[in-house]
Amino acid sequence: IWYGHFLLPYLLNQILFSIALPQFLQLSLIQTVTLIPGDGIGPEISTAVMKIFEAAEAPIQWEERNVTAIQGPGGKWMIPPDAKESMDRNKIGLKGPLKTPIAAGHPSMNLLLRKTFDLYANVRPCVSIEGYKTPYSDVNLVTIRENTEGEYSGIEHVIVDGVVQSIKLITEQASQRIADYAFEYARNNQRASVTAVHKANIMRMSDGLFLRKCREAAEKHKDVKFTEMYLDTVCLNMVQDPTQFDVLVMPNLYGDILSDLCAGLIGGLGVTPSGNIGANGVAIFESVHGTAPDIAGKDMANPTALLLSAVMMLRHMGLHGHAKKIEAACFDTIRDEKVRTKDLGGNSKCSEFTEAICQRVRDMQ
Amino acid sequence: MAAHSAVLSMSKIINPFWGGRLGNTVKVFGTTLTSHRNKTLLTGENIPPPAKYGGRHTVTLIPGDGIGPELLNHVREVFRFSCVPVDFEVVNVNSALETDDDMNNAITAIRRNGIALKGNIETKHTMAPSVKSRNNLLRTSLDLYANVMHCQSLPGVQTRHKNIDIMIIRENTEGEYSSLEHESVSGVVESLKIITRNNSLRIADYAFKLAREKGRRRVTAVHKANIMKLGDGLFLQCCREVASGYPDITFDSMIVDNTTMQLVSKPHQFDVMVMPNLYGNVVSNVCAGLVGGPGLVPGANYGNAYAVFETATRNTGKSIAGKNIANPTAMLLASCMMLDHLKLYDHATMIRHAVLKTMNETRLHTADIGGQGTTSEVVQTIMRIIQSGGQLTTEL
Repeated sequence: IWYGHFLLPYLLNQILFSIALPQFLQLSLIQTVTLIPGDGIGPEISTAVMKIFEAAEAPIQWEERNVTAIQGPGGKWMIPPDAKESMDRNKIGLKGPLKTPIAAGHPSMNLLLRKTFDLYANVRPCVSIEGYKTPYSDVNLVTIRENTEGEYSGIEHVIVDGVVQSIKLITEQASQRIADYAFEYARNNQRASVTAVHKANIMRMSDGLFLRKCREAAEKHKDVKFTEMYLDTVCLNMVQDPTQFDVLVMPNLYGDILSDLCAGLIGGLGVTPSGNIGANGVAIFESVHGTAPDIAGKDMANPTALLLSAVMMLRHMGLHGHAKKIEAACFDTIRDEKVRTKDLGGNSKCSEFTEAICQRVRDMQ
Repeated sequence: MAAHSAVLSMSKIINPFWGGRLGNTVKVFGTTLTSHRNKTLLTGENIPPPAKYGGRHTVTLIPGDGIGPELLNHVREVFRFSCVPVDFEVVNVNSALETDDDMNNAITAIRRNGIALKGNIETKHTMAPSVKSRNNLLRTSLDLYANVMHCQSLPGVQTRHKNIDIMIIRENTEGEYSSLEHESVSGVVESLKIITRNNSLRIADYAFKLAREKGRRRVTAVHKANIMKLGDGLFLQCCREVASGYPDITFDSMIVDNTTMQLVSKPHQFDVMVMPNLYGNVVSNVCAGLVGGPGLVPGANYGNAYAVFETATRNTGKSIAGKNIANPTAMLLASCMMLDHLKLYDHATMIRHAVLKTMNETRLHTADIGGQGTTSEVVQTIMRIIQSGGQLTTEL
């Protein structure tokens, strides 16, 4: 078999990576990312993100896929096989908001995705947006939430009529995985400390196990400071002084509440990025707001959440230069106050906002 | 007891596999079933008058750990100074011991006196998981099912949000705090969250009665019924049932994560909130943070027969213990709530007025709200205001 076609580019790539060269030379390595536009305002904000990435000349190629639940053989609900195959191949995905049908007979799409790719960590960096004023400024923290078990295991029984039991499941394996991930994240992103959030005074065994695993992971990563704090103390201190927190790691329910609390501190779900890390190197970045069917198709949506999630994705892939550029353009546009979408207090259309960001990115080249 | 054994046998018939686990949960709600038969009305008027001899009330005092002992000493000082006809029966609980004897003594004392004022008892992690939280033990043994916290912005305290006025009613005995845990397989721990119809109806009823009594317009139930469909679904259903009996009060519900988000951005939309145990913990701490911190808000735990008063956020405050920098406001306001409960309204108003005047007018603040005063300075100022309050204390 003739390998000659591939030999020269292969050698060239090897040389490129062994010597530090300006980033524009690495454009030869274009990475494919699975894009799931979603429902409602999903398609328009996805288009906005694609436009901005094109203006920034990011080495990303998009592969669009649809994830409506289909019933596989044996009656089990699953995502379409072409979507699964694309994600397994590309490993990185960007997702817009998905509709959760109320009486469709199948579980929510987010749950299906989570189970299919074993997305065990939900990471939400909450950074105050300079141009968007909230009562809290200087927020800079990351919440890392265990996403597979805990209180959301879905195991409930009616014991006797009028008595219901919900089971909260904590396993050693999952706790170890999330604790290790939290410390790795802190290390890779130059974060000084990790705080474990728990309620081990009441739930002695379950949160006690989680805490033990966090302590063990702390021993393995001595360069990152480790503290532990009760959930109620975290809530109390968070609303008084959020600057004292850095990286927070916690089980499912506390993570749900705290990550939304932190999103509220910086301005809500419309400006908060989010990433889900799975086993086998899969990572899906998403916007966590709803599908907003009332403004879908009217060019009124705010693409900031999806854009910041895409920036998070770029950082995850190591493309820090492009990430910084796009993020700066986005924040500058919001700070400028001339073109803001309705939810940020302005009057502009989504396309105008997108165009403003694209223009800034082009000016930065 | 017939109800208890009926439930046990019924549970064994229904699901023999779960029989072992059901035994635990039956023990938990067995007490509520029997107390249901002796149910009295839920408002304060029907609690039997506490121990009173020669015109003086006896109240159990549990100092607890951390800042508890020093703050309660200040409370006693203020009471003595203001000639409040209350005698304290002090019961010490040693949190370092593994046995429950101390706690049982305390519980017996509260049963005897009917009222208690307490500091928080520390739960040490280094001990075996079988040593449960003593505070939780107290609440469940005495069936103090309602935890009431009134969060009000104080004009003298600098906060990001102004004019907050939220009442939080939290179910205090079951939910996630059932302390029923087991390791089914090595490395897999299960913790049970119990929601019962009886307790949910009881707390919802308490919330609506209190709302009506205080002239409140809206009650919001906080839940996570989209995920915990059976558990929180039952709670929500019970709240709706009770709401239908109070057409003058609006009822709505909100999911807990959305609630916390709304609380930090738009807290003025909330009036009265009712919720199960764990969400109550989160929401009450968020609200306490919004109005200025753990040193400002008093809390009360009510049952049908007993009442225990403490600070709302139940902090031990180990790091500031003994340094004379703790904020006495929360504990003093809690003691005023206790005096109201004992129907000593004049004394309660006098002390409360002095505390709030110190907070709002003299601007003598402790470190937690950004000032430089010490605890003793604040207490001295309060006593000075009581003394110069216009009416001679000997006249009361």
